[in-house]
Amino acid sequence: MSEEVMQKSVETRDSFGHEPGFWSKYVFPTDHKMIGLQYLWTGLLMAVVGGFMSYVFRMQLAFPGNTVPGYGVVGPGDYNALVTNHGTIMIFWVAMPILIAAFGNILIPLMIGCDDMVFPRLNRLSYQIFFLSTVVLLAAFFVPGGAFGGAWTAYPPLSARAEYHLAPWGATFWLLAVALEFVAFLLGGINFLTTTMNSRAPGMKWSDIPIVVWMIDIAVMIFMFSVGPLIAGAVMLLFDQVLGTSFYLPSGGGDPLLWQHLFWFFGHPEVYVILLPIMGVAAEILTVFSRKKLFGYKTIVYTTFITGILSMVVWAHHQFIAGIDPRMATVFSITTIMISIPIAVLFFAYIATLYGGSIELKTPMLWSIGMIAEFLLGGVTGIYLGSSAMDVYFHDTTFVVAHFHYTLFPIVFFGGFAGLYYWYPKMFGRMMSEKLGKLHFWGTTVFFNCTFLPLFVLGLGGQHRRIYDYRNFPELLGESMQDLRVFATVSTILLLIFQIPFVLNFLRSMKIGPDAGNNPWRANTLEWLAPSPPPHGNFVEMPRVYRGPYEYSVPGREEDYWPQHIPE
Amino acid sequence: MLSLFPEQASTISGEIDSLFMLITYLVGFWFVVAEAVLLYMVFRHRRKPSSKAQYIEGNNRRQLAWVFVPVALIVICDLWIDIETTSVWNRIKLERPPAEQKVRVITQQWSWMFIHPGPDGQLDTADDIVTANELHVSVNTPTHYELESRDVVHNFSVPVFRIKQDAIPGRVISGWFEATRTGRYDIQCAEMCGIGHGLMRASVVVETQENYEQWMASAIQERQGLVFAANRPTTFASLLNRSFHKPGGNNE
Amino acid sequence: MNTVSPDGKRTIGRNTFQNDEDTMKFQAPIATGRSVTGVPTGRLALWWVLASEIVIFGGLITIYLLYRLGNPSWGAEAEHTSIPAGAFNTFVLLTSSLSVVLSHAAAEEKEFTKAFRLLWYTIGGGFVFLLVKAYEYTSEITQGFTMFRNVFWSFYYTATGLHAAHVLAGMVIMAIISLDVRKGRNPQRVEFIGIYWHFVDAVWIFLFPLLYIAR
Repeated sequence: MSEEVMQKSVETRDSFGHEPGFWSKYVFPTDHKMIGLQYLWTGLLMAVVGGFMSYVFRMQLAFPGNTVPGYGVVGPGDYNALVTNHGTIMIFWVAMPILIAAFGNILIPLMIGCDDMVFPRLNRLSYQIFFLSTVVLLAAFFVPGGAFGGAWTAYPPLSARAEYHLAPWGATFWLLAVALEFVAFLLGGINFLTTTMNSRAPGMKWSDIPIVVWMIDIAVMIFMFSVGPLIAGAVMLLFDQVLGTSFYLPSGGGDPLLWQHLFWFFGHPEVYVILLPIMGVAAEILTVFSRKKLFGYKTIVYTTFITGILSMVVWAHHQFIAGIDPRMATVFSITTIMISIPIAVLFFAYIATLYGGSIELKTPMLWSIGMIAEFLLGGVTGIYLGSSAMDVYFHDTTFVVAHFHYTLFPIVFFGGFAGLYYWYPKMFGRMMSEKLGKLHFWGTTVFFNCTFLPLFVLGLGGQHRRIYDYRNFPELLGESMQDLRVFATVSTILLLIFQIPFVLNFLRSMKIGPDAGNNPWRANTLEWLAPSPPPHGNFVEMPRVYRGPYEYSVPGREEDYWPQHIPE
Repeated sequence: MLSLFPEQASTISGEIDSLFMLITYLVGFWFVVAEAVLLYMVFRHRRKPSSKAQYIEGNNRRQLAWVFVPVALIVICDLWIDIETTSVWNRIKLERPPAEQKVRVITQQWSWMFIHPGPDGQLDTADDIVTANELHVSVNTPTHYELESRDVVHNFSVPVFRIKQDAIPGRVISGWFEATRTGRYDIQCAEMCGIGHGLMRASVVVETQENYEQWMASAIQERQGLVFAANRPTTFASLLNRSFHKPGGNNE
Repeated sequence: MNTVSPDGKRTIGRNTFQNDEDTMKFQAPIATGRSVTGVPTGRLALWWVLASEIVIFGGLITIYLLYRLGNPSWGAEAEHTSIPAGAFNTFVLLTSSLSVVLSHAAAEEKEFTKAFRLLWYTIGGGFVFLLVKAYEYTSEITQGFTMFRNVFWSFYYTATGLHAAHVLAGMVIMAIISLDVRKGRNPQRVEFIGIYWHFVDAVWIFLFPLLYIAR
C-alpha cells in the first residue's frame, strides 16, 4: 500500500473506515492526544481564571478599599475566597492537568512507541470526572453564601462548620471538587503506569525510556501513595460539614491537628508531583538544544525515586508552630533540609549536561534555562523555611508566598511553556513564532521577578499572608512597604499582559505557522517519528527501539543525533 | 539586610536574626555559584558553526564526582544549619526560663482576650485583669503565656518578638517570651480564621515595671468590683457587655 | 483478549489479522494486547488500583488507631458492636473468597457454567454480608449509637460504610463479568475480580478486630 493510503487508513480506521464524527473526535474522544488536549485547554482556561483572581486581590493589597476595575469592591469575604481559590485552582486545575494529565497523556504513548493508552475509555472517563470537578469548583462562586474562603489548606474547625466559614454550599462544593479531581487523577495514573510498563515498543528497555516518561510515572506513583490518607480525611471533613460529625471538632472529641497531618502528608509530596514532570521536560529540551547526551541517566532516575520517598517524610515542616511535639519538629527540620540534596543532584546533573554542549537558545531552551535559574531561588529560600527556628518568624508571612511562587511559578509556567513551545510542532504540525516566543519569555521573566521579589522583603518586614487590609496594622504602614505592594501589583498586571503574545502565538500559529515536518528539532525520541500531528494510532508502523534516547553528537557519526528507532 | 526586619524587642529576636544571617551566607553562596555556573555554561557553550558538542555519559565515578563533590559540600552546610537551628529551636521551645509573669491568651473569631494575673501574680483569681485586644507585659521579665482558642485555629504572632504559635481549639499551648524594649507593638493573627482574619489586630504594650504596676492599679479601679470567672466567660456577647479596661479601643 | 488460531490468524478485540506483519500495522488499537512485563495488563492495572485503595483504607485505619490509642474510653464504646454479627460476617466474606477462587479455577478449566454459578455464590455472600450489616446498623441506631454520638461511632460508620460500598461495587462488577463468563468471553476477568474481592476481604480482616474485638 502507498504511504498515502496507509496514512488515510490509519487516520480513519478506528471505526472500520468510518470517519469519527465531531462528537466522538472532539467531545468524547478516547484518543490519548485529544484527551491530553482537553486537559490542556481546561488547564489554560483555569490559568486565566486563577490569574484574574490574583490581579483582583493584588489590587486590593496595593489600593485597599478601592474599586477594582473588572471586579468591584473587594470585601473581606471576597478577598479570602479569592486567595483560597487562586491557590486551589493553580495547583489542582492548572499545574496537575497541564503538567501531568496533558503532557502525560500526549507524550507517554508517543514516546514509548505505542498507539494509545491501554485503557482508552477509562482515560476518557478520567477527563469527564475532571471536567465535572471543574464545574463543581466554579459553581461554588454562584451558590448562596459564595465560594469557600478558608485557604486552600482548609484547616478545620474553620472548614468544618458553616458557622465558622460562612459558606455552607461553597465549602462543600470546594471539597467535592477537590475529591473528584483526586479520583480523576488516580484513574489517569493507573493508565499511565500500566501503559509505560506493558506497552513499550519492542527493544525499549527500562533504561531506554525518556526521562520525561520516568518523571511523569514517578510523579503519578508519589501522588497515588500520598493522596490515600487525605481522601479518607476528606470524607471525614465532608461528614463534619454536611452531617455534623466531629472528626475535627474538639467539642465533639475530634482533633483539628489530624487534618493538618493528613493534608500535608499529601500536600508536600504533591509539590514534587508537580515538579517532576517539568524536570523531565527540561531534560528533553536541554539535551536536544545542546545536542548533548543527558549526564547521568541512571543517577537521575534513582535520585528521583529517592526524592519521591524523602518527600513523604518532610510534611510536618508546615506545622512547626502548630503545636506538635518540638522534638518531632526537629526531626522534620532535618529531613526537610536534607531533601535539598537530591534536588541539588538533579540540578547539577542538568548543568553538567550543558557542559561541553552546543547550545542554541531557541524559545523552548530559553524557558528551560529560565526555569532552572528561577527555581534555584525558590529552592534556596526553602532552606529558611525548613529550619524550624527560622520558620517561627517566617511562617504565614509573604516570605512563604514568595518562596512557593519561586518554585511553583517556574515549574508550572516556565516549565509548562517550555514543553508547550517544544511539542507544539508535533501536536499541531506547525512552528510557533520565535520572535513572539522570545518576547513572551523576557516579559514574563522580568515581571515575574518584579512581582515576587518584593514579597520576600515584605515578609522579612513582618507582613503576614491572607491579610485583607494591611492598614489595620501600624507596623505595616511604612511607606516603603506600601511602595513594594504597589510595585508588586503593577508588575502582576504587566506579567499578565505579557501572556498575550503567547495566546496570540499559540492560536495564530495553528493556522499560519510554517509547516513543521516530522522532526523540526532533530531529536531522538520516538514521538518525532510520528507524523505532525500524529493520526489516531500514532505510528504508521510500530517502531522498534535500538538505543537510548540521548545519543546526540556521537563520535564518528555524521549526524549529531541518532533517533531511537533507526537500526544503524 | 537586617534593617529589613522589624526591630528586635525580645531576647530571642537577636538569635533568630543571627540564624537568618547564617542561612543567608550559606545559601547565598551556593545560589550565586550555581547561577553563575549555569549562566556561564550557556554562554561558553553557545552554538558555534565550527565546534561539535562533546559526548559525555556521566556514568562513571570521575564524571559523577562533578555532581557529588559539590553535593557533599552542601550536606556540610545543611548540617551546620541543622545544628544552629536545633540550638535556637530548643531555646524557644524546650528550655524555658522560669516564669516571672504569666498571661493567658484566648483567641476567637475575631478578637483577642488577654488575662493578666493582677497584683497577686496568679491566674484564675479574683484580681485577674481581662483586656480585649491589648496585652500588657513588663520589660525584661520572662513571661509564660497559655494560648487557647474558642473556635477555630488562630495564631499568636508578635513580629518584633519573633514569636509565633498556633492556637488550637481544645488545647492549651504554652510558650514564653521576654520583652527587651518598651513600646507598643503589633500582634497579628497568623492563621486563616475566617472573614475577620485580616482585621484581627491586637497590640502588646511593653512597660517598665513601675508603669506596669500603675496600669494594674488603674485597671482594677475601673473594673468596679466586677466578679469575673477569668477562664470561663460564657459568650462573647456577654463579654462585650461587661466593662473592660480598654485604653485605645478595641477595633477602632 | 488476544488469541491466535491454529492457522496463524491473530484476534485482538473484534479484529482478526492474517499474520504478525499485519498485526504490527495497527489495524486496531492493540496497546492492550501487549505485555512487555509478562504480567497481563488487566491484572497489572488492578494491582495499581489496589495499591491506591490500600493507601486510602490504610490511612483511615491508621487514623483510627491513633485516635484509639489516645482515647481509652473507646474500648467501652466498642462493647456495643456485636461480635457474633461481626464474626459471622467475617466467615461469610472468607467463604465468598473461597468461592471466587473456585470460580477462577473453573474458568481456567473452561467450565464456564460452573464458574458463573460460583461467581453468583460470591455475590450472594456479599449480599448476606450487607444484610447483616444493615441489621447491625439498625439495631445500633435504635439503641442510640448513632454516627454523632462520639468520634468512635463516627469512625465505625465511616469505615464500615466505605467498606460496604466497596463490597457493593465489587458485587456489581462481578455480576457484569459473570454474564460474559457464562458465554466463555473474557474469562481472565474472573481472576481480576477475585483479587479485588480478596482485597475487600482483607480490609474487613483489619476492621473486625479493631472495631469489634478490641476492648
